[in-house]
Formats: sequence, C-alpha cells, structure tokens
Amino acid sequence: MISVQEKDFDVSAEYQALIQNNTTDGAVVMFTGLVRDFNQGNVVHGLSLEHYPGMTEKALLEIVSDAKQRWSIGKVRVIHRVGDLNLADQIVFVGVTSKHREDAFDAAMYIMDFLKNRAPFWKKERTTKGEVWVEANEKDSVSMKKWG
Amino acid sequence: MIKVKFFAQLRERLNCSELNVDLNSSVTVDWLVKQLSETDQNWADSLKKDTVLVAVNQTLCGFNDQINDGDEVALFPPVTGG
Repeated sequence: MISVQEKDFDVSAEYQALIQNNTTDGAVVMFTGLVRDFNQGNVVHGLSLEHYPGMTEKALLEIVSDAKQRWSIGKVRVIHRVGDLNLADQIVFVGVTSKHREDAFDAAMYIMDFLKNRAPFWKKERTTKGEVWVEANEKDSVSMKKWG
Repeated sequence: MIKVKFFAQLRERLNCSELNVDLNSSVTVDWLVKQLSETDQNWADSLKKDTVLVAVNQTLCGFNDQINDGDEVALFPPVTGG
C-alpha cells in the first residue's frame, strides 16, 4: 500500500493494480507529482530528497488510515521517491479507488495535503545558484486546514 | 539515555546527524531543546522554536510533550515532500 523508494514507478502498472480484482469500485483517482524547472525564484536542474526512515512510512500509514476513516474508499496506493531526481522525474504517486468519484477525489486530495505537511521528506534543489533547501510553503499548511 | 536525530538543513547547520543525551528523569521537549540550545550560539539560533518540528518515537509532537528514557527524538525543519 505504501512505498518509499529510490526507483521510479510505472503509473500504468499502478492503475492496473488498482482496478484488478475490484468490481465494487467505479472510480479511480490518481495523482502524480513531478520535478519542475522553476521554484521559489530559482531555475531548478534537479533535486535530492531526504527522509526520516521509519517515521516516513509510519506518517504515511497514519494519513491513509485517517482517509479511510473519513471516506468510503477501496484501494489506496502511495509511492514517494527519495534520493537524486532530475527534471520531469516522478516524485510521488497517490491512487485511490471508491464506489463513486467524490470519495476518491476527496481522499486523494486529503492524502496529498497531509503528506505535504506531515510526512518527513525534505527537498534540496540543484539550481543555477547552487544547492538550496526548499522552504516550507504557507499554501501547503493552509491547504491542510480546509479538512478541519 | 535518549537518541536525538537531526534532519535536512538543521542537520547541516549543526553538522550533527545524531547524538545521545543521558536523562535522569522524564523531561519535556521544551527542556531538551533548551539544553541543546546552550551548546553555542549556532545551536541556539538553529533550534528556535518556531522553525523546528519535533517527533518523539517517530510521531510529530509539541514542545510540551514528555520524553522518557529510551525514546527516539527527532528535530527537523518543516517538511517539503510531495
């Protein structure tokens, strides 16, 4: 259900796994986050992702477990990469299935909002100005608050 | 004894990824951070309350929470994954 890994992931394979042996769910929502070329005023060439092994998995499990309490959802898959990544590389994947679309949309959004604020990952970007730690974004803490 | 871990830019600023602290009794996170801040001015500046998150036994917690002997404490900057 949850993977923290250096290696890349295959969205089509993840989609197949979400719909396999799953005749009760009529909705699948998937989100993929990628490395982009511009952030916080810097031209970005790539980044490295540090995490807190052990706590990372625990924090993600708690977030998924909370989402399962709040919504009627079926399968959940969360993948987050760590280590060195280049532009346009995939960083994070969240996939959720549910009977109807609303629960899958909301749960996927909730998982990403909490992942951004609670899961111990840190990005260090390689920019034209050298290596720069990404500063936490106020928009992300606001996005978590909408869930009460 | 407790283990204290540091991550990301905090680890770099302190030039320390992990250290052990001997405890005679249960203490608060606040107490521990104040003790560590007395190391020198760099530690005091780096460990300012509003810039540091704390986890005890791999769960986020507040500065008033308790730390007991054998716990794993981690101090780190706000997270930036996703």
